[in-house]
Amino acid sequence: MLHVVNKSPFEKNCLESCVRLSQAGSCILLIEDGVYGALFNGEASEEIQTCLKDRKVCVLGEDLQARGIESDRIMSGVEVIDYAGFVRLAVEHPKVQSWL
Amino acid sequence: MKFAILVNEGPYTHQASDSAFHFTQAALEQGHQVIRVFFYHDGVNNGTRLTTPPQDDRHVTNRWSELAEKHDLDLVVCVAAAQRRGVVDEDEQKRNSKDANNIADGFRISGLGQLIEAGIQADRLVTFGD
Repeated sequence: MLHVVNKSPFEKNCLESCVRLSQAGSCILLIEDGVYGALFNGEASEEIQTCLKDRKVCVLGEDLQARGIESDRIMSGVEVIDYAGFVRLAVEHPKVQSWL
Repeated sequence: MKFAILVNEGPYTHQASDSAFHFTQAALEQGHQVIRVFFYHDGVNNGTRLTTPPQDDRHVTNRWSELAEKHDLDLVVCVAAAQRRGVVDEDEQKRNSKDANNIADGFRISGLGQLIEAGIQADRLVTFGD
């Protein structure tokens, strides 16, 4: 399953819920304010680190750029993708769950 | 692959409509089919042709209309959500005795059944909201 999180972990606990309930082999994609979840030493870095053991974690590059976040501030292991990559993830995974 | 898109937020306040637009565009560029874009809740506000954003800003509504024309997209606005928020087409104008209508090109007003149908017919339903 592809999990799409669009809320900052500084603001809401969507990412925390998503991490808790998502299963091994799934993918978590951070978009919009959700991209703050990918920050190195950020609010959610421990959770993301745990996820990276058995899940793929991606972040939308356009939304990072819109917020002035350079890729060197992103945790290693988190893959930066574009909208075309977002579409490809949606194709790869039979279900897309938005954590609104 | 067949995609259906659900937009639950209006333009400019939230990023949902922008994200949905870019996703739809990227899907079409990869040769996928987008069978319907359904605008629900505040998302119906994407479908009014009376918006005039500053010239140096994106025009969210026109952008959807242009994409719809180019790719023959079905942009559907939820009727109950539209009535609450004053998004009106010609039929709704007559039915509710209003003095004007404001539906943008390429959009049409219909019921929630259209969302269910899109969810059944599409391979993926992708939701954008707040």
